[in-house]
Amino acid sequence: MSQLDDLKNAIKSHLGELECVIGWEQGYDPLHATPLFIRTEADLDRLTIGPLAVHNLATYLTGFKGKKIGVVVKGCDSKSVIQLLNENLIKRDEVVIFGLCCDGVVSQRKIRAALPADPGFVESVEIGASDLKITVAGQAATLKLSDVLADKCLVCATPDAIISDVLIGTAHTPTPPASLACQDEFEAKSDAEKLAFWQENMSRCIRCYACRNACPMCVCRDYCIATSRDPLWLSQDNSPAENMMFQMVHVSHLAGRCTECGECERACPVDIPLMLLRRYMNKQVKDVFELQAGTALEQTPPLLTFKVEEERINERGW
Amino acid sequence: MERFITKENLIRLAEELSATCRVLAPVASCGTVTFRRFLPGMVLDLHSRMAAVSPKAATFPQTETLLTVKREIPEKKPEITETLPEGKSVVIGCRPCGARGKLIFNPVYETDKTKDPYYIQRRDNTVFISLACDRPETTCFCHSVGSGPADPDGSDVLLTLVGEGYVARSVTPAGEDVLKSALFTDAGDKGKEADAKNAKAREMMGEAHDYVSAPAKLLARFDDMDFWAAQSAKCISCGACTYMCPTCYCFNITDDDLGLESRRIRTWDNCMSHTFTLEGSGHNPRPTKAHRLKNRVGHKFSYYPDLHGGVMACCGCGRCIKQCPAGIDIRQIVKAAQEYSE
Repeated sequence: MSQLDDLKNAIKSHLGELECVIGWEQGYDPLHATPLFIRTEADLDRLTIGPLAVHNLATYLTGFKGKKIGVVVKGCDSKSVIQLLNENLIKRDEVVIFGLCCDGVVSQRKIRAALPADPGFVESVEIGASDLKITVAGQAATLKLSDVLADKCLVCATPDAIISDVLIGTAHTPTPPASLACQDEFEAKSDAEKLAFWQENMSRCIRCYACRNACPMCVCRDYCIATSRDPLWLSQDNSPAENMMFQMVHVSHLAGRCTECGECERACPVDIPLMLLRRYMNKQVKDVFELQAGTALEQTPPLLTFKVEEERINERGW
Repeated sequence: MERFITKENLIRLAEELSATCRVLAPVASCGTVTFRRFLPGMVLDLHSRMAAVSPKAATFPQTETLLTVKREIPEKKPEITETLPEGKSVVIGCRPCGARGKLIFNPVYETDKTKDPYYIQRRDNTVFISLACDRPETTCFCHSVGSGPADPDGSDVLLTLVGEGYVARSVTPAGEDVLKSALFTDAGDKGKEADAKNAKAREMMGEAHDYVSAPAKLLARFDDMDFWAAQSAKCISCGACTYMCPTCYCFNITDDDLGLESRRIRTWDNCMSHTFTLEGSGHNPRPTKAHRLKNRVGHKFSYYPDLHGGVMACCGCGRCIKQCPAGIDIRQIVKAAQEYSE
């Protein structure tokens, strides 16, 4: 039986006890999936998985407080579930986790760059074991899946869900490279180059807050300081400086909490490479606190704890 | 008036205009295309894809200073300066839907009772040189909301790509003035070719969806919060859809206080946000994402057309579908209301 059939059967056996199960279905065109809220067996027919199922569905979990629901997660998404559990933001007995052994998901941006015409004109998509056959504006193109994988998949150490009630698929033995070329390239820039880089990118930001709202760990939701009027912390002016200020607040609030699921960057409608900031911050957190968010149950983000002296920060010895 | 302009000369036109006007055009930056101020030397990206953000900011900027306040001594009466927009703007290379979007603003911002001087002044000082579409994208539905890939409404000049240049047709007197530039030549019989291309693009869009029943059908679902909860389940309540939209016109006014100097700014508001219609008392008539999405869809396809002669507050550009991080399709929501059976 296929992985999809296994998943459908597993969901079917739990559906009666759950408010709904969140998975994916085909979206507005053959190249896009969209979240699916499965409430009946008939809904299950629409369920899809695979490289187009990019959304981290853990984002929706905190919206179902007090109700028991199911969620389908890839390895990266399962880290978000763990982090939400670590922070007591969801309850373990209120969620049934259908874990997948994931072969990676695509980056729509990379697909757009690789295709001869804009994917807005997509006509059909055939997903093979290691490639995608995409017909766009009458032109067929075969893209190797490895060439269009999301950056996070290139360095993924957890392709299989690390927490689950049901694990579907065959386990992987990942051997991810230690670093990501685009990150190394960015960090090698001089301060002046980095400033110019962010000024250019932040000039496009429209402060729609898709990055914030797509983030499973951005749990303040309606009470975010970026949009509060009282107190008024941030100007609503969308100048590059104010936009950057918002991103700095955002990345600071995720220090030790970000699981690098990449949803912020994926959700950005103007392609701002926000993961460069996230990965950089996570590196600092790992160096100082030896912590990687979402990798182990029962760990607390360093900024959510208080210690008179941090073990790895020599505060008195300067 | 009908003229012809080569691709090179269109760039030259943009460069010439940028000496005296603010020119906004689709420019590629870091892998994405957005409308931004065009300056000589920049590369116009007119054909690869629809700009992610619409040209709305040309007439309705995301941030606009309404007035500045200056106080030398706190006790003295403050000096208040109104800052009406100055100068002329030209938008080059938007799609017809992007230009048409601003028509939705008119019955709201210019009525017998109320006139928005900021919007009106920008609108009257901005020329739209639009480019007719060759073929529809999967998210396009302009033909269903009373428009089309070569719709001249809202544009001053409509360009159609023919061979190595564009057939340029003026729609308004301001557009006619643009066509007087020596960079344009006689169109000869290229007009027929342009007509054929425009007709072909329209044909490729297929049959239009009929939204006539939408206003009443959506209103019939107004109190059905189960319907709206189901439709909004995957919404993440960001504002990407409204900010991308050429027709969304809600705004906020806030004061940026800088000691003895401050400025009152108007910025885009967004009905997907908790602060939208949040009252001073703390009460919000639209407390959940289901209420907010109902507002967005209802406003565009029910309340607005009810007030303004059946015109949908949507230009069918599809940006809200294409750019939604959760892949919400507004066409499906309206259809679900239209097909709903008790």
